[in-house]
Amino acid sequence: MTLRSDGNVLDHYQAMELAVSALLIDKGYFTEDDMAAEIDAMAKRTPEIGARVVAQAWTDPDFKARLLEDGTGACESIGLDMGPTRLMVVESTADVHNVIVCTLCSCFPRMLMGIPPDWYKSKDYRSRVVREPRVVLKEFGTEPGADVDVRVHDNSADMRYLVLPKRPDGTDGMSREELAKLVTRDSMIGVKIVEAP
Amino acid sequence: MARFTSGDSVTVRRAFPPGHVRTPYYIRGKSGHVERVLDSFANPEELAYGRDGLPKRPLYRVRFAQSRVWPDYSGAPGDTLDVELYEHWLEPAGEESA
Repeated sequence: MTLRSDGNVLDHYQAMELAVSALLIDKGYFTEDDMAAEIDAMAKRTPEIGARVVAQAWTDPDFKARLLEDGTGACESIGLDMGPTRLMVVESTADVHNVIVCTLCSCFPRMLMGIPPDWYKSKDYRSRVVREPRVVLKEFGTEPGADVDVRVHDNSADMRYLVLPKRPDGTDGMSREELAKLVTRDSMIGVKIVEAP
Repeated sequence: MARFTSGDSVTVRRAFPPGHVRTPYYIRGKSGHVERVLDSFANPEELAYGRDGLPKRPLYRVRFAQSRVWPDYSGAPGDTLDVELYEHWLEPAGEESA
């Protein structure tokens, strides 16, 4: 059975998680191998998938239009497995800076970025970014001007959000592959911008 | 069939039911406008208890001016907050009983 590295005492939810997963395995809903395979599959999803989507949107206007209209369908059209959740892509421009959060839990576009960073799940980020987004952004080194609208997206229900960051100036000659390397997880959450190399 | 359309002014119900709800506490009682009608989804507030969540509920993306959500908001006047809200949490703006 699972061993915890962070101390000997399980908290309430850790104990419940172990009990529930043991019950589901005992009752034959899935096997331990199924669970291990799912954890493996989750660990294989990384922000590079999202970065490829962003780089394609920057270099293919038709794809970008479809992505903003129907994020799930556009991603599936380039062969990505989107799973059961639906994707909404929000575009940051010279006038609008988007940032995403899930104030209720930790909803995150895992199919494009894998597991969310710990700070994204923290109470500190979740409670403050809706209330004082510019203060939080500044802590990440991001300071949109007063003429830029900061738009926070609380993805608390059935859609998952991905920020399409603004393409940095001075990247006109770059290939899609080179552009994808510039796109970071934090820029697709919206706490940072994409910097030119 | 969705009750509201894009651009409609809506107010979030100021309700505090027990149990699993998907409407953040901070947005209850606040008014904004429908930015987009999303799809209809099985109601997660029912699914959480092992029920089927049917009929499906329309989900909206509602945009709020930050200055109307937080009276002491210190950012820029154009700053906004988008929240996903199910239809049963929304009323036409102005009908809210404070």
